[in-house]
This record gives sequence, C-alpha cells and structure tokens, in this order.
Amino acid sequence: MEKQSSNRATQLIEGLGSSLRRCICSVLSVGPVPKHIAFIMDGNRRYAKKQNLEAGAGHRFGFLALMNILKYCYELGVKYVTIYAFSIDNFKRRPEEVQSTMQLIQEKIEGLIEKESIINRYGVRVHFCGNLKLLSEPVKLAAEKAMNATACNSKAVLSICIAYTSTDEIVHAVEEACKEKRDEFRALDKSGAGYGLSGLGENATDRNSPLIDTADVEKHMYMAVAPDPDIIIRTSGETRLSNFLLWQSSSSLLYSPRVLWPDIGFWHLVRAVLDFQRNFAYMEKKRKES
Amino acid sequence: MLELDFVRLVMFLRWLESAILDLGDEMHKFYARICSTGDLGLRLLWHIIHLFVSIWYFVVGLMNTLESFLISSGLFKRYRDLDISKVKYLAVVIDSEEALQTLNVLQLLRWLAAIGLRNVCLYDKEGVLKISQEALKLWLKSERMSNETTGGPLLDPKNISLEVISFSDGKHAVTKAANVLLKKHYLNGNTEKPNLTESDMAEALGKIGHGGAEPDLMLIYGPARCHLGFPAWRIRYTEMVHMGPLKSMKFGALMKAIHRYTMVHQNYGT
Repeated sequence: MEKQSSNRATQLIEGLGSSLRRCICSVLSVGPVPKHIAFIMDGNRRYAKKQNLEAGAGHRFGFLALMNILKYCYELGVKYVTIYAFSIDNFKRRPEEVQSTMQLIQEKIEGLIEKESIINRYGVRVHFCGNLKLLSEPVKLAAEKAMNATACNSKAVLSICIAYTSTDEIVHAVEEACKEKRDEFRALDKSGAGYGLSGLGENATDRNSPLIDTADVEKHMYMAVAPDPDIIIRTSGETRLSNFLLWQSSSSLLYSPRVLWPDIGFWHLVRAVLDFQRNFAYMEKKRKES
Repeated sequence: MLELDFVRLVMFLRWLESAILDLGDEMHKFYARICSTGDLGLRLLWHIIHLFVSIWYFVVGLMNTLESFLISSGLFKRYRDLDISKVKYLAVVIDSEEALQTLNVLQLLRWLAAIGLRNVCLYDKEGVLKISQEALKLWLKSERMSNETTGGPLLDPKNISLEVISFSDGKHAVTKAANVLLKKHYLNGNTEKPNLTESDMAEALGKIGHGGAEPDLMLIYGPARCHLGFPAWRIRYTEMVHMGPLKSMKFGALMKAIHRYTMVHQNYGT
C-alpha cells in the first residue's frame, strides 16, 4: 500500500515537473533555440569520490544524468546533440578502468536501441563518431548495430564521440581527402587525360591552384553528420575543450558550469540557452562572416 | 408538392451550411485571438526573464569591477606572488571590431609585459591586428627604449615576443598542409604511405610556417566566450577564459584570470 502511494506521489511530482518544464520550454521558444548542443561530460569520477562510491559508479550516475539531459534537449526542440563519451586520451587510464568503462558503454549502447528507450521515443538517429577501429570488437559491433537500427529515425540526431579526438579527426579527414584526390587523378589517368601522377608531383610548384580545399576536408570529418554546434557545455567548471570539436567550434558559445556531470539538471540547460539567446545576434554575425 | 418540399430542403441545407461556416470562422478568430494573447503573454514572460538575466549580469559586473580594483591595489597577497612561469604561451583572442581600438590593445600588451609574460599570440578573426601589428611592435619597442634611457624604475618591460594570427591561419592552413601531404605521399606514384599520423600533420604545418606553439591560456576579449576560429590544431588543452569587452578591460581581472590558471590541474585524459 505504502509503495503504491509513494509510486503515485513520485508520478505526480514527475508529472508536475514535466508540466513546469513544458511551460519553461514554451517561454524559451519565443527566442532562438539552439539547433545543436554538445556536452563534455566531465566530473563522473569526482562525483563518485564526493559521494563515497566505488570507482566506476560515478559513470552510471553520469549515464542517468545523460538520459535526463537528452530528454530535456529534445523537449526543447534541439535537433542535434553531441556527447563526448570517450576520448583517445582516456585509453591512457588504468587498464581496469578502461575495461569497466568500455563494458558500461557497451551495456548502455545495447540499452539505447530497446523499445522503451528515449531514442525510440523521440525518433533519434544515433551516430558514433571517432576512430572506431580503436574499440574492442564487441563495443564496435554494438555501435554498428545501434547505428543500423536507428538509421531510419529522422526527428533528431545523437552523435556519440567515442575513441575521438579533434586532432585525430582532422588527420583522418585530410587522409580521406588525399585518397579521394588520388583516386580522382588515377581515374583521369586511366581515361587518358594525360596528367600522369608522377608528372603532377614534379610540377607541384607550377600548380598554384590548391588541389584540396576546405570543403573537401570538412566533408570527411567524423562530425560531418551534424552542423557546427551552437553551444558547447563542459561541466565541472573546467575551461578547456580537451581536444573536442576544435574545428567545429569557431562560432560556438562555450559554457562551463561548476556542477559535476551527474548533478546536471534542467536549470543548467535553461541557463545555457538563455546565454545563447543573449548572444545570438553577435554569434550569427560571426557565423555569416566565416 | 414533393418538388416544393425538395426545394425547401435544399434551401434549409444551404442555410445550415452557411451557418456552420460562419460559426467556424468565429471560432477560428476567437482561437487566433487567444493564441496571440497567449503569444503576447509568452513574449512578455520571455522579455521579463531576459531582463532579470541582464540585471544579474549587471550586478555580477559591478562585483567584478570592485574585485578588480581591490586586486590592482595589491590587497590580496595571493595575487602579488603570482607564479608567471606556469604560463609559457598566452593567446589573446580579440573580437575584430574591438581590435580596431589599437590603443587599448597596446595597453593590454603593456600590462602583459608588466606581469612578466614573454610569449604572446594575438588573434582576431578578420586580420585587423595583422594590419596594426607593426605599429604595436614599434610602440612597444620605443617604450622599452625610452624606459631604458630614462632609467624607468618601476617596469622593466623586456622584449615581449608577439605572434599575430587570424582566421586564415586556422582552417586554411590545415588545407594547405593537406595539399603538401597530398603531393608528398599520394601523388608520387610509387611510395604510398598507408596512414597519416598527427606528427605528419604537425610537420606539414611547420613546413608551411603555421607550426606555432600551443597556448596554455587563452584570454577572450569580446561580447561572448567563443574562440572565433583560433587555429584548431593548437588549442587541444588550452584554458579559455572570457574577459568581457576590450574597452572595459581591467588589470585586476587579468591578474585574477592568470592566478586561476596557475591553480588548475589537468589530467590530459588520464
């Protein structure tokens, strides 16, 4: 009996909370709403230490916070959300920690494509952005399965950056652009256009026009699946980007609340959106100038 | 008789149809009025919320001004014993319109030199600072020389090494490096390098003159906290601090930002 009534009370509170959120979202929607928000989910380990939990538990609470934040973003009408789940630098951590984080990631990826998950509720298409070759086989398979399962969703997009760093992304994009240009020249050679690859290399100094341009590099970026982020939020008050979306953040508002990631809530998102709206005219001008 | 009834029925049905359409119109107008009042209400609420946010920022600004004044007057011990050696390379991002205030930029450089910083990189998106960099360097040099000759006691502004860059040193530089790598590794015909690495990229950037150091700290002078396209390759672990508009820059705020940086601990991902 008591459990029923406490369940009902929780449901009532959740219902009130959701109505309040909807009211706030409708007020915020009067102004410009960001199309793309990126999150650096920093502070899980500090949270675990603060709450005297065992080492990996902070990440589990972090995942719950992530699900809530995704819900609030999609309710507000943010179409693209990107999260920094695992950096290539994080592979340098202790092997047991990397192993347990990878296991948690695999477990959560598999949970994402279940029927009742938030992904299906909001019609979210999931992309995994990063050097997936660095992941272990089971995690890579789970990621590919999730991408295939959500390929038909089109209402919103979730980009999960895993085994990702910006510098690795730039090198990969340059490499792909080079390979594409090389294949183009090989095709021209075959059709007898008469360039000759080695001739091109020798006459390099004669050809002043660039072969690869910025658009060629940008289309091979892992993050080409989304437009540039409007806001990048890093929790725990740290003011650096730690090799995340460095190329794409030229016109992004950076917001660093002091809260640890598992403690992040709706009001932090509201604060970020209000900041975005205050600076919208300026940021739009900067975006148009690039 | 039947014909008359049929005509009456048709007329009645037509009257009913027009009455329903009129009712529909009225309801639509009523609904639109409620929506627009609702819309007006929401707009009013939105403006009220933003008014509160602006008041909050104004109050915070006043408190920061007071704190900067106290820091400049040397009240806090911790700001007097600043370990400036931790900041090996400083980047200053200035909004291009504010960068036109050359005298303010010069004053900022004087302050940085006075604090003890030796390596500074100035960035603005449009390249305004590139135009004024010769003037800035000349001014600094002449001030240094005049201080030396008059035996200025207070400041000993040693030579501050200045790098001035703009947006074209970011994405376009990477594209130029890509072309260098294309010609070196992919268009030779015989040798084909399987995988490019970050050091290949760094080497290519260095070859074309865009291999600058990575700043430890970045101070952003402008309306918003945004790095405005600073070369992506160089800001992996750079702490980015928003200092507000250039015209309201304060020495105390500069000290506070540098002090905060010296207290930061980075894991670099581990």
